[in-house]
Amino acid sequence: MIVQAIFFYIFAAVLVGSAFAVVSARNPVHSVLFLILAFFNAAGLFVLMGAEFLAMLLVVVYVGAVAVLFLFVVMMLDVDFAELRRGGLDYLPIGTVIGGLLLVEMLMVVGGWVLDPTLIGKGASPVAAASTNVAAIGALLYTKYVFFFQAAGLVLLVAMIGAIVLTLRHKPFVKRQNVADQVARGPATSIEFVSVETGKGI
Amino acid sequence: MVIGLSHYLSVAAILFTLGVFGIFLNRKNVIIILMSVELILLAVNINLVAFSTAMGDMVGQVFALLVLTVAAAESAIGLAILVVFFRNRGSIAVEDVNVMKG
Repeated sequence: MIVQAIFFYIFAAVLVGSAFAVVSARNPVHSVLFLILAFFNAAGLFVLMGAEFLAMLLVVVYVGAVAVLFLFVVMMLDVDFAELRRGGLDYLPIGTVIGGLLLVEMLMVVGGWVLDPTLIGKGASPVAAASTNVAAIGALLYTKYVFFFQAAGLVLLVAMIGAIVLTLRHKPFVKRQNVADQVARGPATSIEFVSVETGKGI
Repeated sequence: MVIGLSHYLSVAAILFTLGVFGIFLNRKNVIIILMSVELILLAVNINLVAFSTAMGDMVGQVFALLVLTVAAAESAIGLAILVVFFRNRGSIAVEDVNVMKG
């Protein structure tokens, strides 16, 4: 149990520290890298809680896809980030006040939280005994929540199509291959007989 | 020293607050704002998973999965909009985003 506590405090401290570095780093590339560190530590917390599947999903989806997407965009856009940072500290007082209020409220709510022991296992879908985390999620996701699963797939499809439609641009001067035109082209449209008189040229 | 539900909820609360704080601190930089939104969604996910494992109820983890999906879709669309905006205006300052005068 003491090992669990030690790892919890390590993961939590690094998570909070790197999250603070994300919002306060001067260079956005450093922000993205700290975001990746934060996600790794959140995955560690998930493993500690016993949600292995979500931990691995967090690493794959967030670190593998989202963070790399951020990294691409940050490095691709030629933005003067120093210009963007100017005047940002004007909002520090009100941000601190609102964030502090929010934090105090939430800590007061959850600080003394004790779950009623009679509620444990009384949820909508109690964890089946002697089943792994992945098996339990799969047994639930593909049966009771299959429509939610499909809806998640649709959301991803719409996001993919939307991102492609938004960023695709056709340059007018680029020549492209038109396969239909090539296939439709036959001798009638492509061959021309010219009778040339001797010694005159065309 | 038992790590219970309230420990995880406290971490999630701090993370949520840092996300909100980041939105205030980086008012001009959309990329950092998007990252702050990711942090907020991560805090929500930690809450969901903490309650799920504390109550022995798998639905929370299924819901966290859906939140993860929506977060990924949101960041993809947001970054695509950002790229298009940068292409048109040559800047990503959020203060300039008032063309539609909404």
